Amino acid sequence: METALMPAEDANPGSPTLALTGNPNSGKTTLFNALTGARQHVGNYPGVTVETKEGVCNHNGRQVRVVDLPGTYSLTAYSMEEVVTRDFLIRRRPDVVVDVVDASNLERNLYLTVQLMEMGVPLVLCLNMVDAARKRGIEVDAERLSARLGAEVIPTVARTGKGKEALLDAALRKAREGAGGPPLVISYGNDIDEAIAAMEALISSRAFLAGSGPARWIALKYLEEDGRILAEGDAADPALSASLKEEVRKVSVHLARTLDTEPEALISDQRYGFIHALLREGVVRREHDQNRLYVSDRIDRFLTHRLFGPLVMLAVVMALYRFMFTYSARPVAWMEGIFSWLGRLASAHLPDGVLRSLVISGLIDGVGGVMSFVPLILLMFFGIAILEDSGYLARVAYMLDRVFRIFGLHGNSVISYIVAGGIAGGCAVPGVLAARTLRSPRERLATLLTAPFMNCGAKLPVFALLIAAFFAEHREEVMFTITLIAWTGALLAARLFRSTVIRGPATPFVMELPPYRVPTLRGLLIHTWERTWQYIKKAGTVILAIAIILWAMMTFPALSDSQVGRFESERAEILASATTEKKAELEAVDRAQAEAGLRNSLAGRIGVALERVTRWAGFDWRTNVALLGGFAAKEVVVSTLGTAYSLGEVNPEQGGGLAERLAANPGWNRVVAWSMIVFTIFYAPCFVAVVCIAREAGSWKWGAFSVLFNTAVAFGLAVAVYQVGTLLGAG
Amino acid sequence: MGKIMLRQMKENQSGVITAVRVRGELGQRIRDMGLVPGTAVTVCGRAPLYDPVALKVMGFTLTLRNNEADHIEVEVE
Repeated sequence: METALMPAEDANPGSPTLALTGNPNSGKTTLFNALTGARQHVGNYPGVTVETKEGVCNHNGRQVRVVDLPGTYSLTAYSMEEVVTRDFLIRRRPDVVVDVVDASNLERNLYLTVQLMEMGVPLVLCLNMVDAARKRGIEVDAERLSARLGAEVIPTVARTGKGKEALLDAALRKAREGAGGPPLVISYGNDIDEAIAAMEALISSRAFLAGSGPARWIALKYLEEDGRILAEGDAADPALSASLKEEVRKVSVHLARTLDTEPEALISDQRYGFIHALLREGVVRREHDQNRLYVSDRIDRFLTHRLFGPLVMLAVVMALYRFMFTYSARPVAWMEGIFSWLGRLASAHLPDGVLRSLVISGLIDGVGGVMSFVPLILLMFFGIAILEDSGYLARVAYMLDRVFRIFGLHGNSVISYIVAGGIAGGCAVPGVLAARTLRSPRERLATLLTAPFMNCGAKLPVFALLIAAFFAEHREEVMFTITLIAWTGALLAARLFRSTVIRGPATPFVMELPPYRVPTLRGLLIHTWERTWQYIKKAGTVILAIAIILWAMMTFPALSDSQVGRFESERAEILASATTEKKAELEAVDRAQAEAGLRNSLAGRIGVALERVTRWAGFDWRTNVALLGGFAAKEVVVSTLGTAYSLGEVNPEQGGGLAERLAANPGWNRVVAWSMIVFTIFYAPCFVAVVCIAREAGSWKWGAFSVLFNTAVAFGLAVAVYQVGTLLGAG
Repeated sequence: MGKIMLRQMKENQSGVITAVRVRGELGQRIRDMGLVPGTAVTVCGRAPLYDPVALKVMGFTLTLRNNEADHIEVEVE
């Protein structure tokens, strides 16, 4: 990753920038929504998958730019969230930083505050959720806290907007003061303090990493062995960086000998010590013992119970799945209706030819393809937002961690898998997008690369066709086996990725189980809409472009005039002769022409050329071109197969005689059917999913990887099935 | 009474952390969440497969894996 993640930006003199920081679950995003309403957008930094939202709010006739930085517990270099937050504060220099702290959870929340103060940013504290704290018998004396911290502390209830105006007043006051005060100085004990003093002198004397933070903060980061600051330092001034490291080494050796500890440990210990001292003498009053059990804990007794926990989880995940796919059916049908109407409109008004084909099969079908996923994505994000905002998603991760960790995944990977088709009939596109809730980068990547192995709704017609043709009497058993194969394959592939291409230790699980909360409708809607809009905007354009390319591949080159002429003359012959079944015969010619056209197209030619290789798996050119079409959308496999067998455009739901055709074809048997089933489960995701993988993984490299790797695995397995099956005479 | 590792604590048992013996990212994460010497913890539950473990720390609920709890030494009554 480059050092300059955030390019410095001209500060707009008219509207000050207010940056929101805070722990996850501190109500930071709720406050952001309360301040900016719907006037917000997701800021995007190249190569960074962490969201930074920006919005505008008006206060006393002044416009304020509000930036919602990712929620973090600390400011280390171990996670993208922390790096983005740090870089923003250092390089963009917001006019004021509002740190949101949960009033019921002050000690841990102040740990981040203390680090912000050590950076010397202009700070205002937002003491949030004071109502919830009061209910728990916790009362915080904001004035006393403010006096001790040396920063304004404003009590708020972000859900209702209470305290919002006072907070903005304080923030703008702070912004007007200009730069923040001197950085906070905490004593870390004699040994470290001496080392810091020596290092600070060295750093200041040569303005070392002056753009990356105050001298003392740089010294602290050296002591914490912060990967990014060390790398920056090595690049900027290797000699000075080496002498700083030498200071760190000396104090480390000393601490190890005398106190059996290391600087990074001592620094966090002392920060907490500082906070404990700060909160003494009446800043926080508690009616109850701090670790008493609240309502939320009592709910957890049931919801994470050894027996009931998993049962409820199963029900919740099933409910999410039903909710998504049941309620999206109708809007999806409306979308399809609108686009097929547009198609008819175009065909009525455009002359027959390439342009019409481009508009209908390329443009309209392409946009329709993008939009047809929208209802599904919208409902998926809505459902997940409920699970996330209520706090239940963290419990899913907690309960499933033990199982998914074995495969190098995260407990929440289960949501992606189910949505993608873990219960046959999902969709890989929202499945890939659902991985966004995972905060562990390696686990997240492994999840979104393997989720497409699940059996999405569009793969089902392929299975249905093959089952009807070859396994009609074992429908349920075969479908169950297919689901089992998909799960096994996905989990094993994840395991493989995590020990090869995404190698690395499991991301520490250390996770907060936030108290259960009723989500706010406004928060849910904003969440859902903004994520869905991102899909339409970012993925939509690419998807449309690829749809047009695929259309061209299936259309060009066109049949030559003489070839078309032959079909025309056949038609003329039939019309001229006196047969009564002219219509049927004419249709047969049409279908034959469609087959010839498909075979002649670039896709068809590729299919024919690939026959030499795909013979190993038992596939002829017809299967090849159908599977190739499946890259556009898996729904296309069956209909293309229909065209290739001169049956015209087969309706995937009915099969239209295709099953009988396959069953009777000498090139097909049960072994070939299994070979194609296995290939269909594992091969390249449809390109819409590929585009989403590339977007979510932050690199096209991963999109290409999923196409190549999946297809290679699928082909290897299909060949194995076909060869072994044929050898055993199972056909 | 004595020092044991956090993993060995039973449900509803309380104790005070005496040492966190791990460096790097895991060590930092553990300490960032307030698991530092002197902090009182109570085990409030375990996941259905006995791992991870849920703790009450400074008034909030924290979960961590057993192999992560292995680095944390606790003084229990």
